[in-house]
Amino acid sequence: MTRHTLSVLVENKPGVLARVAALFSRRGFNIDSLAVGPTEHADISRMTIVVNVAELPLEQVTKQLNKLVNVLKIVELDSTQSVQRELMLIKVRADADSRSHVLELVNLFRARCVDVAPDAVTIEVTGTTDKLEAFVRVLEPFGIKELVQSGMVAIGRGARSITDRSLRALDRTA
Amino acid sequence: MTEQMTGAQALVRALEHVGVDTVFGIPGGAILPAYDPLYDSTKVRHVLVRHEQGAGHAAEGYAQATGRVGVCMATSGPGATNLVTPIADAHMDSVPIVAITGQVASAAIGTDAFQEADISGITMPITKHNFLVTDPADIPRTIVEAFHIASTGRPGPVLVDISKDALQAKTTFTWPVTMQLPGYRPVTRPHSKQIREAARLIAESRRPVLYVGGGVHKAGASAELRELAELTGIPVITTLMARGSFPDSHPQHLGMPGMHGTVAAVGSLQRSDLIIALGARFDDRVTGRLDTFAPNAKIVHADIDPAEISKNRHADVPIVGDCREVLTDLIAAVKADGRKGDYSDWWKALNALRTTYALGYDTFDDGTLAPQYVMERLSSIVGPEAYYVAGVGQHQMWAAQFIGYERPGTFINSGGLGTMGFAVPAAMGVKMGRPESVVWAIDGDGCFQMTNQELATCALEGVPIKVAVINNGNLGMVRQWQTLFYDERYSNTNLQTARRIPDFVKLAEAYGCVGLRCERPEDVDATIQKAMEINDAPVVVDFVVHEDAMVWPMVAAGTSNDEIKYARDMAPKWEHED
Repeated sequence: MTRHTLSVLVENKPGVLARVAALFSRRGFNIDSLAVGPTEHADISRMTIVVNVAELPLEQVTKQLNKLVNVLKIVELDSTQSVQRELMLIKVRADADSRSHVLELVNLFRARCVDVAPDAVTIEVTGTTDKLEAFVRVLEPFGIKELVQSGMVAIGRGARSITDRSLRALDRTA
Repeated sequence: MTEQMTGAQALVRALEHVGVDTVFGIPGGAILPAYDPLYDSTKVRHVLVRHEQGAGHAAEGYAQATGRVGVCMATSGPGATNLVTPIADAHMDSVPIVAITGQVASAAIGTDAFQEADISGITMPITKHNFLVTDPADIPRTIVEAFHIASTGRPGPVLVDISKDALQAKTTFTWPVTMQLPGYRPVTRPHSKQIREAARLIAESRRPVLYVGGGVHKAGASAELRELAELTGIPVITTLMARGSFPDSHPQHLGMPGMHGTVAAVGSLQRSDLIIALGARFDDRVTGRLDTFAPNAKIVHADIDPAEISKNRHADVPIVGDCREVLTDLIAAVKADGRKGDYSDWWKALNALRTTYALGYDTFDDGTLAPQYVMERLSSIVGPEAYYVAGVGQHQMWAAQFIGYERPGTFINSGGLGTMGFAVPAAMGVKMGRPESVVWAIDGDGCFQMTNQELATCALEGVPIKVAVINNGNLGMVRQWQTLFYDERYSNTNLQTARRIPDFVKLAEAYGCVGLRCERPEDVDATIQKAMEINDAPVVVDFVVHEDAMVWPMVAAGTSNDEIKYARDMAPKWEHED
C-alpha cells in the first residue's frame, strides 16, 4: 500500500462530490484526504484525493472514476513532481509564561499566529503532512485545545497545466 | 424550432423526437403533469403496467429485443423505488434503458414531503448516470443526453428525475439541442498494436479458446465472431449473456462456461494457453475460485469498458473497443499474420470431453416430468426463431443448457443481478418490440409469483406471450444448494405450489389468459403445440415437474473450476485429453 495523490477535474455541478465519494466507498477504498474547490474555470471544480492503496486497485478505482460522466480528467501527482500542501489551524494553551516558547516554535515552522487570548493562541500553519505532524508534536506539551485540518491540495511543478485540454473539451460542447 | 409549452409537453415532445414509440409505466402525483400530454401523443404508446418493477423489466426486454433504448416511467417515492430492482438489473447486464420519474416540487425537495424519495441518490450506484431536473428548460437536452449515455459505449440504465414544478412550468422548447457531456467519451476504436499482438498470440498458441460474452451481441458482431472462429479454427464458448451469439449447432461451439457450464467449456478455460475474451467480464460465476482459474492461460481481453479489463484477471493484451471493431480488425490482423495455429491436439482433447461428458439428465421412474425434457421439447417444437426469456434459478439454467440457440439475442434473462420475477414482464417487452416473433417466458413457480400480475397487462394490451412455468413447487435452486450443502435441510424453500395454491391454470384464466397444465412426459408435445396454436391471448402452461431435478454440471460456489461435477459426486477424468 502506498499513498497516491489524485487530481480530479470535475464538472462544477450539484451532486458530483457525492458521486465521487460514494464510488470510493462502494468499491472499498478509504479516502485519506479530500479537498474540493473551484479552479480558474468557473465550470470546473478540482478535487484532490489522497488514497492509500496498492498499484492494481488504484488502476481499478481510476478507471471507475473515469466512467463517471461528470469527471473530466484524472491525473496522479507524484510527490516529487508536485507541490502538496495542507492547512491546519491549532488552538494551543499559552499563558504569559509559555507564550514566548510557543511563538518561538511558530517562527521556526514559519507558521502564523492568527488569534491571541489571555490563555491561548490560535496558529495557522501550512505544509506537507510530515511538517504538520512535526508541528503538532512540538506543540503537544503545551496542551492542544482544538485542531482542524484541511484536505491536501496539490499542483504539478513546471509550466504545464492539467486543465488546458479539459477546458478545450468543455469549450467544444458549450 | 422554438415553441412555448410546459415542461411536461417538452418532455413528451423530446421523447417523440428521440424516436420513442413505447413507454411502460404507472402514473402518480408527481409525474401526473407528464401523463396529460402523453395522452395526446400519437407517436408514443404508453403501456399501463400493474407494478413499476414490471415497467422496468418490460423496458429491458424491449431494449434487448430491439437494440433500442427501453423506456419506463413512474411517479416519485414508491413509484421510483419500485424501479430500483430493474434499474440494478439493467446496470448489471448492460441494458440500455431510460427511467423517467416524477419528483416532488423543487421547493419541497429535502423536506420529507409526501411521496418524496431521493431517487437520484438511491440509484447513483446502479445507474450509468442519472439526472435531477428542476428547470423545464433543461428537459429536452437532458432527455437527449440520457438516451445518448444509455445507448453508447457500454450500454446501461439512465434515470431522469424531474420535479413536478419543472413539468408544470412554461418553457421555450427548442429543437435540436446540443448535448453538454464533456466528460463522456467512450472509446470504440481498438489500438492496432494490441490487435497485432493478439493475432500473434493466436498463431502461436496451442490451446486457445474464444470466451464470448454479452458484448458481442450488443455490438452486433456475431457474424464477425463466426468469421474469426472459422478462419482460425478456435473453439468457442458462449456465456449466459451470449447464448446464441454463436450457433449452438456449430461444430466449434463447446457450450456455456461457468457454474453450470458444460464440462468441455469449463475444461477448455482451465486447460487453455490463450483465452480471447470478447465482451465478457470474468464474472465469478464463470471463473470459479479466481486464483485457480485458467492457470496457464494468457489473456487477450477486449471490452468497451476499460474498467472491466484486468478487474478480476490480469489481461496480457488489453484491448479497449467495440467488439465489432475489435473482431473486424482482428480478422484482418490474423490474415495479415498469415500463420495458422495448430490446434489439432487441443481439439482431440476437447472432443473427448465433449462426447464423454455431454449434457444429460435423470428421468424419473414414477412417470413425473423432468424439467430438462420440457426444455428439449420446447427447443424442438418452438425452434430457434423464437425468443426465450428466463428469470433466475434452475429453470434459467435448464433453459440455457437444453434449448438450442442459433440466433444472437434470442435468450434473454437476468444474468448479473439474478432477479426473480424478470421473465414475465421482460417477455412482454420483448413481444412488444418483436410482435411478429414467438416469445416464450420460461419461469419458475417462485419467480412467476413475483411479477405475474403483468399477465393482466399482456391480456389487455394484446401481447400474446407464452409462459412455461417450470413448477417444482419449490425455490428450486436454493433447494438444490440445501440438498448439496445443508444436509437436505429444506429451510423455507417449499412453496407448496404442488397443493395448487395458487392454481396457475385458474390464475391464468383469472387474468384473461389461456391456462394449460402438463404433468406427464407423454403430454408435453401436445401441450406445447396447443400453446403454439393460440395467438390471440397470452398462454400460461403449468409444467408440473419433479422437485428433485437438479442442475448439472456444477462448480460449487467458491471452489475451483477444476472441481466441476457432472453429476452428484461425479468428477470428470481430465486425463482424457493428455
